[in-house]
Amino acid sequence: MATAIQMPALSPTMTEGKITKWLKKEGDKIAAGDAIAEVETDKSNLEVEAYDDGYLLKVLIKEGDTAPVGAPIAYFGEKGEKVSLEAPAPAAAAPEPRPPAGPPPSEVKRAPAPPVTAAPPPPTEVKRAPAPPVAKVGPEPGGQVVPLRRAEVAEGDGRLRASPLAKKMAHDQGLDLSGLQGSGPQGRIIKRDIEAAISQGATARKAAPIAMPQLLLERRSPETLPLSSMRRVIAQRLTEVKPGVPHFYLTVDIEMAEALKIRDEANALETKVSVNDIVVKAAAIALRRVPKVNVSLQGDRMVQYYTADVGIAVAIDEGLITPVIRDADVKGLSALAAEARDLAARARKRSLRHEEYTGGSITVSNLGMFGIDWFVAVINPPQAAIVAVGAVTERPVVRDGQVVARQMMSATLSGDHRIIDGALGAQYLRELKALLEHPMRLLF
Amino acid sequence: MPEIMYREALNQALAEEMERDANVFLIGEEVGKYQGAFKVSQGLLQRFGSARVVDAPISELGFTGLGIGAAMVGLRPVVEMMTFNFAILAMDQILNGAAKIRHMSGGQLRVPIVIRGPEGTGGRLSSQHSQVFDSIYSNFPGIKVVAPATPKDAKGLLKTAIRDDNPVIVFEAERLYAVKGEVPEGELLIPIGKAEVKREGKDVSLITWSRMYYYVEQAAAELEKEGIHPEILDLRSLRPLDEEAILATARKTNRVVIVEEGWPHVGMGAQIADLLQHKAFDYLDAPVLRVSGLDVNMSYAANLENLIQPTLARIVGAVKKVLYLEEK
Repeated sequence: MATAIQMPALSPTMTEGKITKWLKKEGDKIAAGDAIAEVETDKSNLEVEAYDDGYLLKVLIKEGDTAPVGAPIAYFGEKGEKVSLEAPAPAAAAPEPRPPAGPPPSEVKRAPAPPVTAAPPPPTEVKRAPAPPVAKVGPEPGGQVVPLRRAEVAEGDGRLRASPLAKKMAHDQGLDLSGLQGSGPQGRIIKRDIEAAISQGATARKAAPIAMPQLLLERRSPETLPLSSMRRVIAQRLTEVKPGVPHFYLTVDIEMAEALKIRDEANALETKVSVNDIVVKAAAIALRRVPKVNVSLQGDRMVQYYTADVGIAVAIDEGLITPVIRDADVKGLSALAAEARDLAARARKRSLRHEEYTGGSITVSNLGMFGIDWFVAVINPPQAAIVAVGAVTERPVVRDGQVVARQMMSATLSGDHRIIDGALGAQYLRELKALLEHPMRLLF
Repeated sequence: MPEIMYREALNQALAEEMERDANVFLIGEEVGKYQGAFKVSQGLLQRFGSARVVDAPISELGFTGLGIGAAMVGLRPVVEMMTFNFAILAMDQILNGAAKIRHMSGGQLRVPIVIRGPEGTGGRLSSQHSQVFDSIYSNFPGIKVVAPATPKDAKGLLKTAIRDDNPVIVFEAERLYAVKGEVPEGELLIPIGKAEVKREGKDVSLITWSRMYYYVEQAAAELEKEGIHPEILDLRSLRPLDEEAILATARKTNRVVIVEEGWPHVGMGAQIADLLQHKAFDYLDAPVLRVSGLDVNMSYAANLENLIQPTLARIVGAVKKVLYLEEK
C-alpha cells in the first residue's frame, strides 16, 4: 500500500520546507532510517528520514520547490506499486465511511494545511507520517485491521498530548516526544507510537551531545517578575517614541593589551583562543556581576535569568544566526573557544539544532575581522542587550599627559530601554571594560 | 469435579461450617421451615435443628442485632437477609454496631458475624427491589465485603467469611443462584481480599465482580473474534480490595475498563479508578473507563431495565474506546 511521505516539522517555527536535494530516486529501495531528501528550513538544512522499509514510488515535490509542513512530498510503498494521486492509497484501506467534511482534523492546527493543488489524501491520514496509517490490534498475523478513530477535534492549545505510559516509555528510552506524532485521540501519543518510533530507530536519531565540559553547577531557572508601575510607564512611553524595541546605545573604548597576552599565551599552548572568546567570557561574567542586565521583557512581565548564556552572532552566506554558549561565565577559555568554533562551523553548514540557537540573554556581535572599528547592533529579541565589538587596533590615546599608541577596542552596548536604563548599561560596560583590561579578574 | 448451582455451593458452605463448628448458626426470614426464600438453606433445619436454624420474624433490625449480640459473646452467627433491599432496615445495627464495636470496645469485643443474602438488579422487580449496595457497605471501615461470581468462589468465600473474626458482608447475586459451575467437594477456603484473573489477556483489563463477570466474559468472547484479547480480573472481594492484582493487570495491559452493576456516582469503580491513577499512572496508555448501571432508579419495564443495566454493547464500546479503536 502506497504511503505518503510528508514534509516534517523540523523546527518549532518551521511552516514550510524547501527540498534542496533528493537523496533517493523514484524506484530506489529505502530502509527505515535512510535519509531520503535534504530540506532547507527557516534556519537549517536537515535530512528527511524514512520511517519504514520500502521503495520510493513517486516524488511530488521537485528539488528547489517548497512544501508546507505536513504536505505529501513523495509516496513510498511496495516495489512497482502504482500511485494514484487522485485517490491516494491510505484512503483505500478505510472500510468505514470517513467522518464528513467540516471541522478540520486535529492536526491541522499544529501545522498548515497541505496545498490544495496536491490533491491531499483524506485529512484524517494526512499528517501521521511516523505512525502507520492503520493500527493493528495484537501482533498476530491476520488480526483485524481497524481504522483509527479521528473524529475528535483538538482545541488547538498547542499542548503535546501523550499518555502517562507513553511519557514514561519516552523518558526511559531518551526519546523526545516533540518529534513524534500521536495516533490517539487529538493526536495523543500512545504506547504504539513510542513502539513504532523505537522500532524505526528513533533512539538512533537522538542528537549526540556536543562535547562540552561537564558543569557541576546546577542551572538556576529564570524567574518571571511583574514590572513595577514605574517600569511599566517607562516601557510604555519609550515604545511610543521608538516603537518595537526602543534601543539606546553606549560605547566604551577598551585597552586590550592584557587580553591579547592571554590569547598569545593560549596560542603558545597550542590552544586556539580568539579575542572574541575572551570578550564572550567577559560579557558573561559581567552579566553575573550586573544581573539587572540579565533580563528579558516578555509581555508585561520581566524574566530574570540566573545563568549567563551568551549568543554569538555568526555570519553565514544567507544571513546570520546566533548560536548560544550556555554558562559562558563558568567555562574555561579553551572549552568555550572550542564550543564557539563548533557552533560557528555548524552554523555555516546550517546544521544547528533549534535549542542551540535559542535562549540566551545577551549577544556578542563582532565585526572586527572585517576591519570595522565601531558599530551599533540591533538587539535580538527577546534578549534585552547586545554588545557590538569592533577590531582591536593600535590607536593614539593619552596616558599621563602623553599621546601614546595602545591596542584599543570599542564596544557598544545596545540596550532595551524598556527594562534597562542608561546608568545600568553603563555599569555593565564598566564591568566589561575592567574585566578585559585586567583579565586576571576573569578568574575571580 | 461436580457441577453444582451457586445456591447449592452456598448450602454446602453453610452445612460444612455448621458441621465443623457448633457455634455457627443461621438466622433469618424463612430460613427454616420454608427451606430458604431462595433455597440456600435447604435441608439445614432437618440436619441441625431449630436451635441452629432459626426462623426470625420480619424484623431485620431486631434479628441482626440479635446476631451481633451473639457474636459478641462467642457464637458465629450467619444472618440471612431475604434480600439486601431489606437490610436497609438493619443498617444501624450493621454499620453503627457490627462495624464499630471492636473499635469502640478497644479490641475487647469481636463481632464474627456473616450477613449474607441476594442483591443486584434485574428480574423486573422495579426500583425498590432491584439495586446494588456494593459501594455503601464497602465505604465503611470495620467490615469486610465479598461478592462472589461463581459457585466455587461462593462456597470458598462464605466458608472463609464464617471463620473470619470480623463482620463480613456476603453479596450473593440473586440472578446467579441457579448458575452452575464446578465446585470441589469438601474443604474449600478462598481468602478474602484476593482477586482472580479469570481470563488471561494482553490488550485490555476488564475489572469486574459478581454477576457482571458473566457479562464481561461474553464481551470478551465477542472481542476475541476481532483479535482483541481482554484480561478479566474478578475482584471477588470489595473490601479489602486486592490492590496488587488490580495494579498488576493494569501494568500488563496499560488499559482498563471497570464494569460494575451499580450506579456510577460514587460507585466502587470510582475507587478502583482512583487507585489506578494514583499507583499505576505511568502504566496507563488511556484514561480508565467505567461501564456501570445508568444513574437512574431501576425501571419495571423490561426494555428499560435492559438499558439501565450494563449492556454488552456498552462494554465492547468502552473496550474499543480505551484501545483507541473506532466506536461502533
